[in-house]
Amino acid sequence: MQADPSSSPLAGRSPQLAAGQGDRRPSLTQRLRAIEPDRYAVYLGFVAIFLFFSITLRNDGFTSGRNLLNILEATAPITVMAVATAFVLGAGEVDFSIGAIVALSSLVAALVLRETDAAILGIAAGLGTGAAVGLLNGTMVTRLRLPSFLVTLGTMGLFTGLSQRVTNLESVPSVNETFNDLFGSGEVLGVSTLIIWSLVIVAVGHYVLRHRRVGAHVLASGDNAAAAQVSGVRVGRVRTGVLVASGLSASFAGLMYTANLHGASYSLGTTDLLTVVAAVVIGGTRLLGGRSTVVGALVGSLILGVVNNGLILSGFSTSEQQIAQGVIILVAVALTLREPAR
Amino acid sequence: MTALRLEQLRKDFGGVVALAGIDLEVERGEIVAVVGDNGAGKSTLIKLISGVHRPSGGTIYVDGEPHRFHDPIAARAAGVEVVYQDLALVDHQPVYMNLFLGRELTTRFGRLDRKRMAQETQQLVDELDIRIPSAQVRISALSGGQRQGIAISRATHWARSLILLDEPTAALGVAETLKVEEMIARLRTRGLAIVVVSHNLDQVFRLADRIVVMRRGTHVATCRCAEVDRNEVVAMITGLQGRKAIA
Repeated sequence: MQADPSSSPLAGRSPQLAAGQGDRRPSLTQRLRAIEPDRYAVYLGFVAIFLFFSITLRNDGFTSGRNLLNILEATAPITVMAVATAFVLGAGEVDFSIGAIVALSSLVAALVLRETDAAILGIAAGLGTGAAVGLLNGTMVTRLRLPSFLVTLGTMGLFTGLSQRVTNLESVPSVNETFNDLFGSGEVLGVSTLIIWSLVIVAVGHYVLRHRRVGAHVLASGDNAAAAQVSGVRVGRVRTGVLVASGLSASFAGLMYTANLHGASYSLGTTDLLTVVAAVVIGGTRLLGGRSTVVGALVGSLILGVVNNGLILSGFSTSEQQIAQGVIILVAVALTLREPAR
Repeated sequence: MTALRLEQLRKDFGGVVALAGIDLEVERGEIVAVVGDNGAGKSTLIKLISGVHRPSGGTIYVDGEPHRFHDPIAARAAGVEVVYQDLALVDHQPVYMNLFLGRELTTRFGRLDRKRMAQETQQLVDELDIRIPSAQVRISALSGGQRQGIAISRATHWARSLILLDEPTAALGVAETLKVEEMIARLRTRGLAIVVVSHNLDQVFRLADRIVVMRRGTHVATCRCAEVDRNEVVAMITGLQGRKAIA
């Protein structure tokens, strides 16, 4: 420090000198970090896994057009939920209730279809159920200031039980052809409506997250809620919004399952939560908020779909598939969750 | 016109008086430092002017207009910007998104105009001589001094009347502190009024034109930097010396 603080030492000091002492020109490591190579790991991983099965399963029809479409169809509901979950995790929240929403909203849709046989009413009832549960989650998170993981654990239990209760564990058939064609078994130009819906939702999700102000506000809220708030981001609305979107996406996935299987049951979607979160995190979304990618979530979902398909074609059992999925998730989480040391 | 004028501004928190009627005027091109011990009411003062808390009484005039800010957004709309001690930046977003956080530029169709935001940011950081790899780099890749530089750039970009800085160098090393002080000193020439809260008296004497001393929620004295020395200010902060003539 200067000997005489009352005179202004700033006046005499040359700016170059101060700059040289303070911030050096960006260093090589800073420049390398700016490229962020880890962002592209998921795409490389996808290519590697795909090539692996293409070679080892070349005689089992892995690369046939039909099988590749199968993979896309099987992952479509997961992809739809992964898009919304990319928003939820990006906003620093989590929604454990998506599996329960899948079951509840598909049952509600199937029951309404059975009573009215009007596709539009079934769709509205299903999506309305998902949005309502999402709004309930969001309201409890913002109004009661509860952490979303607790709220959604609670609603998960609540609505899982309700789904079992409401139908006495029986499944409800869906015989409405319009509905079944629209969300599951129909085709447009030879492509299943499942695939079309999932790609449309990925495209919309990507556009909103990356190119709209609300997408930027979602990530800012998950990154530093206090900073976002003082910068004019309505953090409470963001939190409620992502949970409503999550509920909607889960009920949409429920409609896809119901239409594809021509019926709903309380067990639909119950194992999807882990798969969806894994897909999103593998895709490069930060589990603690602030960073998120919809395209990555799609690729993550496809990786899990390819692995599942490959294991089935290799003759592995369901339990072995689950083990493999668990290992993949652990590896992916270990790779992505480690924060670089500052 | 006086950029900031406070008239008998007060704040109670359920019977506890945090701020007991402060009067203050800050002109454009002037740096005023607010000093005082912990609990003197400095942070409360900043929070009232920036709209984080609502005053219990008194009036805030910005450019002669009386205001009652009900949130920080309203204060910003009046031309008041704040640089927070804990850096209100979002780590995982690029520099340019931080500069425009909450005020993003969009195209006619509501699409984020990332290109224009990045260009304007680059222009601004070049102008303010903040050395960063680029406007595209994420905040998490920057040093503490660079981050505070970004926070000050943001305030400079948006402020029309007044910038409040709350302990702007508390988290920085010596060299980075000097660099940030230089930035603050240069803001004078932009015709903005500047209020700095600082614990560092050396810094206060280096930067400020006037010093406002607070103790236990009251305004003890305002002095011109040139007319007092460090020991006198310390005495006023701790209350070991009585009232000094108000400059």
